[in-house]
Amino acid sequence: MQQISTLWNALPDFVHSLAFILAVTIVLLVSVALLTLWERKLIGWMQVRRGPNRVAIFGLLPGIGQPFADVVKLLLKEVVIPAQSNKVLFRIAPAIALIPAFATWAVVPLAPNLSIANVDAGLLYVLSLTSVGVYGVIIAGWASNSKYAFLGAMRSAAQIVAYEIAMGFALVGVLMAAGSLNLGKIVEAQQGLFGWNWTWLFPLFVVYFISGVAETNRAPFDVAEGESEIVAGFHVEYSGIAFALFFLAEYANMILVAALTAVFFWGGWLSPLDGFLAPDNALFQVPVLGLLLGNGLHWLAAKIFFFLCVFLWLRATFPRYRYDQIMRLGWKVLIPVTIVWIAVEGLMVYFKIGPWSA
Amino acid sequence: MLVQFLFYAFSAVLIASALGVITLRNPVHSALCLVVSFFTSAALWLLIEAEFLAIVLVLVYVGAVMVLFLFVVMMLDINVEEVRKGFTRHAWLGWLTVCAIVFEIMGVVFARGLGIDATQAAKPLPADYSNTGAIGQVMYTQYVYPFELAAVLLLVAIVAAITLTMRKRKGLKVQDIGAQVATRAEDRLRVLKMKAEDRK
Repeated sequence: MQQISTLWNALPDFVHSLAFILAVTIVLLVSVALLTLWERKLIGWMQVRRGPNRVAIFGLLPGIGQPFADVVKLLLKEVVIPAQSNKVLFRIAPAIALIPAFATWAVVPLAPNLSIANVDAGLLYVLSLTSVGVYGVIIAGWASNSKYAFLGAMRSAAQIVAYEIAMGFALVGVLMAAGSLNLGKIVEAQQGLFGWNWTWLFPLFVVYFISGVAETNRAPFDVAEGESEIVAGFHVEYSGIAFALFFLAEYANMILVAALTAVFFWGGWLSPLDGFLAPDNALFQVPVLGLLLGNGLHWLAAKIFFFLCVFLWLRATFPRYRYDQIMRLGWKVLIPVTIVWIAVEGLMVYFKIGPWSA
Repeated sequence: MLVQFLFYAFSAVLIASALGVITLRNPVHSALCLVVSFFTSAALWLLIEAEFLAIVLVLVYVGAVMVLFLFVVMMLDINVEEVRKGFTRHAWLGWLTVCAIVFEIMGVVFARGLGIDATQAAKPLPADYSNTGAIGQVMYTQYVYPFELAAVLLLVAIVAAITLTMRKRKGLKVQDIGAQVATRAEDRLRVLKMKAEDRK
């Protein structure tokens, strides 16, 4: 053990970072697999069904093997490349959709003083990378040389560009509250359960989460792949593992939006007991319980899980929006709400109301 | 060493994609090449520790401007022959521009070769230096008026763009969502009471 740790410390810095990056990526990939299963199970229960219950591992937990069976199936299927398509772009598109969803995790603070990169302009980095994700969809739709795919891509592009504005404005409120663009500092600036950004920036929190759902093209905003109108939208021509990559990108984006909502508005890795128990409280000295009650990665994971469940809940309950209604909601409702609340927040800062009173 | 390697790698990609913008036949490919060249120039800016500018370049140009560009280019049915018609006629203008640019770049390179201070590379900054903070500092103090003027100019542009699309055409059918929501069952539905017809 001693030898291993000295050997590890002797390795150069970039090996450490690479190992960290690899660990985060693997955890993400496994969570995506489990999320697809959880989605089908949870929506099944909400709709009084059982969900997948056939593929068991070692005869335990019926259904737990389903995502892995799906992966094997998709890997073995043939990837059909349409004859009239643009072959190079057709192959690149899934990767372009996937990379930003993972690259954004570089700046997400996972625990106190723990993130892959501690970037001062972290919030801008998040905004710029999430806006790059749209290229995967546009290129896929165009390169397929199919009307349905192209229509899906156009819809999705317009939708993502529209909701990005509301998203950016909501984040302006967050950076006003924290006084920093650094995601770690944004988390640290939130104090106590009712001092987290969700209380004073509640409208911005709602707008951000709705825009996040729209950005990921999830129900009820999933017109980009509306089955009843344009078959499957931008990925209609993709089969096998190429389709699986788009699927992976969508779910990775969901996890990302849930994580960012937790970081920006729900205190990230902060424990909800933070404001109620003093840091030197005896409870924190109890061996395991103390760690659980204190700040840490597990609180971020719990918050991410909660928001993912909200994503699935929305999908299980709401009918799909009509396309013009989506545009109306984005431009005429969400953007004005954010602008008004930024002005209100400015007044609160100026007159030192609420968390700015100190 | 690594920085130099990255610089040459990114520069090579930048030059290749910039050439692609002007040489590729398909306008969509050209637009995508432009996206790549924006991206690599952002990477070059990161190498000289201008992270704010680099990220904003990606955010504004790659994330917003080029998406709309692609949007339009993909919808257009451009006739390449038509576009290439004026090539020889306007070639002299192109050559003039190229000569001017080459002259300017050579000027800078020669000036550096002579060891003039003004064109030397910036000194490496301390690790805790925040480029973003520094830009914010001068933008809201020293250059606050130009900044506000630019903001007003952009606002005027937004208003102009919106008014251009707000023109009302005759015979245009638009949904009035307020009216749709306000309708009641009585406006649309009439329940008739009638006797059943006698069986013949």
